[in-house]
Amino acid sequence: MKKPFAAALAAALLAIPASAQTLRIGLAEDPDVLDPTLARTFVGRIVFAGLCDKLVDIDKDLKIVPQLATSWEWSGDQKSLTMKIRQGVTFHDGEKLDAAAVKFNIERHKTLQGSNRRGELAPVTSVDVVDPHTVKLNVSAPYAPLLAQLADRSGMMVSPKAAQAAGDKFSANPVCSGPFKFVERIAQGKITLERFPNYWNKAAIHFDKVTYEPVIDPTVRLANLKSGQLDFIERVNPSDMPALKGESKIKVAKAVEIGYQGITINIGKSDLSQKTALKDPRVREAFEASLDREAIVQVVMDGEAVKGNQWVAPTNPWYAKDQPVPKRDLNRAKALLREAGVTNPSFTLLTATTADAQRIAQVVQSMAKEAGFDIKIQVAEFSTTLNMADKGEYEAYVLAWSGRADPDGNIYNHLVCKQPLNYSGYCNADFDKAINEARMISDPAQRAKLFSQAASLEHRDRPIVYLYHRQWLWAHTNRLSGYRVIPDGLVRLQDMRIK
Amino acid sequence: MSFILRRLGAIIPTLFFVSVMIFGLQQLLPGDPAIAMAGEERDPNVVAYLRGKFHLDEPLHVRYGYWMKGVLAGDLGESVRIQRPVASLILEKLPVTLELAGLAMVIALVIGITAGIVSAVYKDTWVDYVANVFALWGLSTPNFWLGILLILLFAVKLGWLPASGYVSPFEDLGENLKSMILPAFVLGNALAAVLMRHTRSAMLQVLSSDYVRTARAKGLDERVVILRHALRNALVPVVTLTALQLGELLSGAVLTEQVFSIPGFGKLIVDAVFNRDYSVVQGVVLFTATAYIVLNLLADVAYVLINPRMRA
Amino acid sequence: MAAIALDIAPPRELSPAQRALRRLVRRRGAMVALAVVVFFVLLAIFAPWIAPYDPLATSWGAVRKAPSAAHWFGTDEIGRDVLSRVVFGARASLLAGLVSVGISLAVGVPLGVVAGYLGGWIDMLISRITDAMLACPFLVLAIALAAFLGPSLTNAMIAIGIAATPVFVRLARAQVLAVKVEDYIEAARAVGNSGLRIALRHVFPNIVAPIIVQATLAIAAAVIAEASLSFLGLGQQPPAPSWGSMLNTAKNYVENAPWMAVWPGVSIFLLVLSFNLLGDGLRDALDPRHT
Repeated sequence: MKKPFAAALAAALLAIPASAQTLRIGLAEDPDVLDPTLARTFVGRIVFAGLCDKLVDIDKDLKIVPQLATSWEWSGDQKSLTMKIRQGVTFHDGEKLDAAAVKFNIERHKTLQGSNRRGELAPVTSVDVVDPHTVKLNVSAPYAPLLAQLADRSGMMVSPKAAQAAGDKFSANPVCSGPFKFVERIAQGKITLERFPNYWNKAAIHFDKVTYEPVIDPTVRLANLKSGQLDFIERVNPSDMPALKGESKIKVAKAVEIGYQGITINIGKSDLSQKTALKDPRVREAFEASLDREAIVQVVMDGEAVKGNQWVAPTNPWYAKDQPVPKRDLNRAKALLREAGVTNPSFTLLTATTADAQRIAQVVQSMAKEAGFDIKIQVAEFSTTLNMADKGEYEAYVLAWSGRADPDGNIYNHLVCKQPLNYSGYCNADFDKAINEARMISDPAQRAKLFSQAASLEHRDRPIVYLYHRQWLWAHTNRLSGYRVIPDGLVRLQDMRIK
Repeated sequence: MSFILRRLGAIIPTLFFVSVMIFGLQQLLPGDPAIAMAGEERDPNVVAYLRGKFHLDEPLHVRYGYWMKGVLAGDLGESVRIQRPVASLILEKLPVTLELAGLAMVIALVIGITAGIVSAVYKDTWVDYVANVFALWGLSTPNFWLGILLILLFAVKLGWLPASGYVSPFEDLGENLKSMILPAFVLGNALAAVLMRHTRSAMLQVLSSDYVRTARAKGLDERVVILRHALRNALVPVVTLTALQLGELLSGAVLTEQVFSIPGFGKLIVDAVFNRDYSVVQGVVLFTATAYIVLNLLADVAYVLINPRMRA
Repeated sequence: MAAIALDIAPPRELSPAQRALRRLVRRRGAMVALAVVVFFVLLAIFAPWIAPYDPLATSWGAVRKAPSAAHWFGTDEIGRDVLSRVVFGARASLLAGLVSVGISLAVGVPLGVVAGYLGGWIDMLISRITDAMLACPFLVLAIALAAFLGPSLTNAMIAIGIAATPVFVRLARAQVLAVKVEDYIEAARAVGNSGLRIALRHVFPNIVAPIIVQATLAIAAAVIAEASLSFLGLGQQPPAPSWGSMLNTAKNYVENAPWMAVWPGVSIFLLVLSFNLLGDGLRDALDPRHT
């Protein structure tokens, strides 16, 4: 009597679809505005990876790959980029994603009040709709980094209907075309997204829900992963890595970042540049020579970084191999100081209160001391240090940059004369010429040569002393597979699955 | 009656000073707020736009005027960072912090009053000292530190409780309570010490009073004397004083919420200070100060009503 | 019969202060607490002679080494000796406690006395401002002030001192109000003493007791406040040692280098607990009911 019942029950159970699977991700910070045009933090981009698709994406070798655009071609004179848009893509609200939508978005990025994408898309003058699935972006001058920009927030597409309807309240309920759609956001708390059933690549998505939760303290974040409350966390503490090797239930992944950590020197931002001990290029060279980058990487980052001397890591395809990372040379440092006529140069090193910046400052202080430098450390809150740097009220400043796929994104704003992030005040005509030219050519080999030229100028003048490039450190439950390790540090949900 | 009116009248200038103080402290924070708000790219257009939007180029008193005008009309401004009205942020987070504070208060009352009674009854014996230390240890350890240790013990080593985060009680009451126990304990610990002190001194006072001596002389069992007669009288000042401790709780909540990632007021304020999200800090502090002042007034009124002798 | 002169000396009159002191000494808990406080004060004063290493001396090869014969408390994240840093850290933490409360006393008590004694609109002004400051949560006020002044130990002390001032203003004012109507004040005034003389000679000594108690407890709270500010990056900045900033750095290494956190944590706990016990003992000893 019981058997048929059991059989029926078993049959019923087998017919039930797999229960809802949620991927729980732990973030290191709270994201800011969830509007790709206004967004301004790195951590926000992690959420966008699940929420908003972009025209193109990058792979682990930093090559441009299709996403919303299937193919593209520069015109002969390099002044317009024609892109074919994927067919059959819809936004979360059902609107069609076609050439008109792309045009709307590019113009929104360029014109919206408070848009942070204007600088990235500055050379783009107009967008033409060639046919419902083809757009043409016209630029005022050839602009090689354009595709890399379109692989980031500048290439993210939001639904024109939703954007127009919501006005400046759009970020409260963002409507994009990514694999997941927005459900809710608790301010400074969890962000919940749920699967978008009409996603064009839905075969690659294996979750029904994704949640992003900011857990600021890295120890607590890791504790959440260990206790099973989170499935995936970003930015693990380097010092926790050795212990994780022994944890069978946790897997780690790493990739060298596309950004850098360095010390920016005031060589022309304000009058202070004339009074500082670092005004003499020989003193700057001596400073760099007194640093042991290997030891810095070991002590500050527990070995989870790669020493560097350029705006991209030595492992990056754009690194100028003919200018390798120098070794520490105390004797040369002392000799240079003697030559420059200063035996005990003293300067103030400005740093924010973040943990690694402070460790760097302390280690650098004690290394340079051996060459005769007397460094005073000045600590201020991050916002305050930015302000001081902007006004040139500093001599040397420990500053990192999160990095962009195209090296231009690591160089232009920081080292070209009078650009917004040029805190050093570097203004060298030859340097600017090389970088501007590199923007306008598309041939990678030629660009690399120009970057190499610029790099040697940078090494001679030292507006920034590059120290190292961090390893992105992720940790996740061993039941999760399919995570693609890409140096921009984002979490791409396609192909990820949990057993 | 006139006492109440006088106290009501005192509220306006107090609130005025609160608003001036918090406005000044925020607007005078070093660092150009527009640059801080403009994000990593620091596009000059965005900086200029933000300066205009928040009247940052106008003199301080004019900016204060803009803000006050909005407040009196019910508009507490908007968070620059995530573009949400401050009022809605407050509404969203108030229940979270209230729940945390409420649970902490319960824990503090249980620990504090018990320790206070025991300490008063067994005054000057080793029990007194132990009860003292037990209640005081909460006040003697930085709460962020205690929080991290508890997380490592209960969440990582034992796996009994979640390490951090918050689940709404409407979503899952069980998970909600589990996620609130540790932070409420950490928060309540410090308050327990204060309550213990109040209870102890109130009990000592009552235990030596004629009222109790009479009860004892009547031959009543000691436990009845303590629990029924002494405690009831001792608790009156304790309860009214407790209402005033809410300010302390919010202070403690600041760090507790950081460590346990609870999206409440404390975390909101701290993050806003560091992100130079002025409107949020100003709005939230003004709100909590008003609430605190009103609660104080109610407590004073209650105290006077209960204790007619005080009115003299 | 010769009269036997019974030379019975009358019992020596002890002053209230001496009686209070005697009561304090009898409370063993308070005495132990006092001893601990004195221990830390001596540690702070004689730090250079007690600490085995320079607290700022880094060593790349000895990063995060467990306690050993060479380093009794182990080393920290850039190779410095933890024991030496704990010993020198006593200076920062004690300073944080003592200077902050010193500021609160120096500013708060006179303001409270003036408000209580003079009354009128001065009282109203001072009281409203005090109420306003008390209406803001203490730590929020301290954070805002410290952020405003900039992250450093000195600024943290000023911030904590200012944030703690209103409590003393209120306390002093309440005490003065209670004492003002006492007979001996009326008498002093009737005899023609000036306001200042009355304040110093008669009012002050009678309000001192609860203020001392509150000050002791405030020192405990100030040490914790410095640690809290350091947790947020606003207190003593590295490389200079303070227990609070050591805890802040150590929290990232809690699992693989627990010694970095244990010793500063224990030290804060012992110091703060002692001040709290001492304050409680003083309160009992100075309890006016005994006089």
